[in-house]
Amino acid sequence: MKNVRTDKLKGTSRQAGRKKGRSIPSIILLLIMGLFMLLPIYLTVVMSVKPVEELFVFPPQMYTLRPTLDNYKDMFDILKSNRVPFSRYVFNSVAVTVTVTVLQCGFSAMAAFVLAKCKFPGGKIINSIIVTSLLYQSNVIYIMQYIVMSEMGIIDTPLALILPAIASPMGLFLMRQSISQIPDSMIEAAKVDGAGLFRICWQIVMPNQKPALMTIIIFAFQGAWNIQGGSVVFQEQYKTLPTVVSQAASSGIARAGVAMAAAVFMLVPPVIVFILAQRQVIETMAHSGIKE
Amino acid sequence: MAQLTAEGIGRRTKKEKRAMLWSDIKKSKACYAMIAPFMVFFIIFTIIPVLMSLPMGFTDFNLAQPPKFVGLSNYTALFLSDKVFIQSIRVTLIFALFTGPVSYILCFLLAWLINGLPPKLKTFFTLIFYIPSMAGVYTVWQLIFSGDMNGYLNSFLMNLGIINSPIQWLTDSRYILGVCIVVQLWISLGAGFLALRAGFQNIDKSLYEAGAIEGIRTKWQELIYIVIPSMKPQLMFAAVMQIVSSFTAGTVAQNLVGFPSTDYKAHTIMTHAYDYGWVHYEMGYASAICMILFLAMFICNRVIGKFLGSSDD
Repeated sequence: MKNVRTDKLKGTSRQAGRKKGRSIPSIILLLIMGLFMLLPIYLTVVMSVKPVEELFVFPPQMYTLRPTLDNYKDMFDILKSNRVPFSRYVFNSVAVTVTVTVLQCGFSAMAAFVLAKCKFPGGKIINSIIVTSLLYQSNVIYIMQYIVMSEMGIIDTPLALILPAIASPMGLFLMRQSISQIPDSMIEAAKVDGAGLFRICWQIVMPNQKPALMTIIIFAFQGAWNIQGGSVVFQEQYKTLPTVVSQAASSGIARAGVAMAAAVFMLVPPVIVFILAQRQVIETMAHSGIKE
Repeated sequence: MAQLTAEGIGRRTKKEKRAMLWSDIKKSKACYAMIAPFMVFFIIFTIIPVLMSLPMGFTDFNLAQPPKFVGLSNYTALFLSDKVFIQSIRVTLIFALFTGPVSYILCFLLAWLINGLPPKLKTFFTLIFYIPSMAGVYTVWQLIFSGDMNGYLNSFLMNLGIINSPIQWLTDSRYILGVCIVVQLWISLGAGFLALRAGFQNIDKSLYEAGAIEGIRTKWQELIYIVIPSMKPQLMFAAVMQIVSSFTAGTVAQNLVGFPSTDYKAHTIMTHAYDYGWVHYEMGYASAICMILFLAMFICNRVIGKFLGSSDD
């Protein structure tokens, strides 16, 4: 299919055979399934704004008539009672998340490009090691990671949160799969023009691979934002939001509302990044067409 | 001339081969430079810990004392005397067979349906289906399936008159596994789904047009002759993700129906490993459990890889 010469056909009618009316049945189907997906999230949000006395009313209500931000206030009050100001946790989280996301995506993209498109001794082995490492899940690994980190002397420093998260075999695997679809001729042409691998990667391959790149940004951000550092960082001033927020959510009794508020609060940044990145993914549709 | 060199390659000595490899390596300096940043972190924080953990399955290791070599006794104990492990294999297989393929097909079909929508709706629906795996909230499911009349599901069913007394969704051994499967499916539209969405965006539009000219009429034909062949790499990625998430499932059950669950009905292999590792501190035994799970996933991945025709993994 890929060998069909299509360049002469470009610029004809957009997506032949697709009419607007056709998408209505799929919208209805998606809406029904979407309701199932969204219901628990909706309940979480509703419960986070329910006043305490309504939380255990019978029968349970799907809505509240007197929304309140008390649960959020309680959560922040608990967070404020720590020795370290709340802004410090926010700063830590943002610093860790941004560093990890940038380095993870940058490094994965470069490695994925080379692993997908260059033949060099060891390349095949590295490819299969990466996939195999995704399958290897063992609860002993965390202990071994801890031992490695303590040998390096980075336990109880911010580096213990950042460094282990940088190399993500998942991001690299996705990127490599996606780059493998680019025709070799495009890269050869760039090589003939004298561009180095670094430039080819960032100026030719990545602009063409926006959907995959944006997707690994979403994964990286989400992963980094939720790094639980409880077992490698003990000093209060290095802790990040997930650790302290889950502490706040689990302290005291009858705190279902606060737990919900914490969940909603932690969900906001990843959702914003998701929306921004997905917009980019969808825009790429407009100017693709560089394939063989 | 060409023949001469071809014969020459056939007769190359080991020494020459090594010299060739060396010159290949030298030529590929730029490649190594590009993968170096990733590989440094990958080796330190993944490869070394993995290699260190491999021999643990053959030891008795309680975290307090250094590991003691015990040969294959962990593995023989697992299969010969650990009844709960055999039960956990069953639970894991049921779990994986239900959630794995269903969620894989759902990921693909949903990504495909969304792909036919206008841009704004695309973002909207992708968010809705992906948001559960971002949120990972179990508390709310506990309230939905709560065993008293206060549970949303119980109160809903009682209002409709379908049931008369509340059902113990989270402790009745008949329902536990089903409940866990539903929640697992709910959070399972994760990495694979998003990767497939990205893959759809990357399909060249002109392929559809070429297809239309070559006589492809229905959406199904389009799916089989255009979409699936151009999505193979993403399908492979989603398959690997799906294998991992359905075989290593355990956190959902642990958070939802408690630990251990009634009659071990939701006791997966991963839960079993967690039990021995972090409750009994028998790390050697726990890592033997994980090793068996890894072998199962490895084989499964090979089979699916063959099926999807990917040669390099």
